Amino acid sequence: MSSLERQRAFLDYTLASLVRRKAKNGALVLAYALVVFLIASVMFFSRALRTEGQAVLAGAPELVVQRMLAGRFDTIPASYADSIRRIRGVSEVEPRLWGYYFNRAVGATFTVLGLPDFAHADDEIVAGPAAAKAWTNLQDGRYLFRTFKGDSTGFKPVQVLPEETRLVSADLLIMSETAFRQVFGLPEGQYTDLAVTVRNPQEMQTVTEKIQREHPDTRPIQREEILRTYESVFEWRGGMVIVVFAGAALAFFIFAWDKATGLSAEERHEIGILKALGWDTADVLVMKFWEGLAISLTSFLLGTIAAYAHVFLADAGLFAQALKGWSVLYVDFPLSPVVSPTELLALFFLSVAPYTFITVIPAWRAAITDPDTVMRAS
Amino acid sequence: MRPSDAFLAVTGGLGFILAGLLAGYPLADAGRRDARLALESQLVAELGLTDLCLSTEARYTRHLSQADLFSAFQDHPRSLEHFPSGALLPPPAILTALGGPVGGSDVGEDRP
Repeated sequence: MSSLERQRAFLDYTLASLVRRKAKNGALVLAYALVVFLIASVMFFSRALRTEGQAVLAGAPELVVQRMLAGRFDTIPASYADSIRRIRGVSEVEPRLWGYYFNRAVGATFTVLGLPDFAHADDEIVAGPAAAKAWTNLQDGRYLFRTFKGDSTGFKPVQVLPEETRLVSADLLIMSETAFRQVFGLPEGQYTDLAVTVRNPQEMQTVTEKIQREHPDTRPIQREEILRTYESVFEWRGGMVIVVFAGAALAFFIFAWDKATGLSAEERHEIGILKALGWDTADVLVMKFWEGLAISLTSFLLGTIAAYAHVFLADAGLFAQALKGWSVLYVDFPLSPVVSPTELLALFFLSVAPYTFITVIPAWRAAITDPDTVMRAS
Repeated sequence: MRPSDAFLAVTGGLGFILAGLLAGYPLADAGRRDARLALESQLVAELGLTDLCLSTEARYTRHLSQADLFSAFQDHPRSLEHFPSGALLPPPAILTALGGPVGGSDVGEDRP
């Protein structure tokens, strides 16, 4: 009998033995697959979110300069932009206008942007997809705003940003610079912050230090830091969900450990008979190895396929809110299917290898005992 | 059919489905994904956006990367963070960095 045929014979025997206890083994595969499913889902989802965040924010401003006043974020005068523009290595400084508007009628906060080169009129507005749906206080189809003076002003919606961009634009309201100053009462020459472009990325740290030296009341934020923030947010959230599931995973591991390391009387009896029939200890171990592999590999494949379908085909309905975040304006966004091969390989080895090997140990203990003793003891 | 044939067929089939999903679905989705990413990136570049729109209830949850250094206590120094999404955000790196001086010169360590 060839070696391959011999292994297949072991596999045949093992599978027939598993089928004899199908209810017990079926429940084990289901519970095992469920644990793999939960861990893989969090892993896939968290990776996809991180990749999405990094890809989308790759074009964020290279350096944002805020002004701090009494420890809080304050507006920045245009003179700061002029002096930063003179720093060697800086190619462009763009003063930005943005802020928040709390809409009492809706009970939600919106992000408002004021653009100097707004393509529409001063009484017109461009809305993000969630903002367009949520804004309910309209008068003659115009968005009503309460200005800093307390009077109302209306803006005609002329465009809704594409639904696909909602990950970055859901709550945006874009208006002209004039309209922004009129609504919020921000004086001319004052801006929210500055977006700085540096000619050579290698000089970013030097430019940042120069800005802080010239303007000690500023806080520069580099794009790297923005990207790092989201990396850590999604890692943290993934970790939180794993912690929530840790109880279930631990319960399963105790069950699997107990099942794998403690042989039932029936299994001991079976090993005793096999030994009495002339099986070697090595044969029993190979049989047990196939048993562990059959259960863990099937569970891994079932759990991983279910997790992939759950995250990328069914929008991760089970825990999307915990990982994405939520708010008064509910931001729902699609995710691209991105899986890290390293993480998948780690999941494979962590789910398949331990179970396969722990099933072998008790079988080895039973297999090295005299068959007569094993059968009598069972 | 031998049990091993059935087993190999089932695991082989599952492996094939998984490989198909891992390799095939991203390819099938590539067009939609690229179009969406292009739109998002264009908007980010044009408007100079700095943050993802995940939680909009407070300025420090809407613009995580631009928030005050003490954002959890921003209403007054002893006020605790009271928005639910705060429970899902990590503490600032400056608090978790061992031995890192508060208010140190490292510009990169003052994440909210």
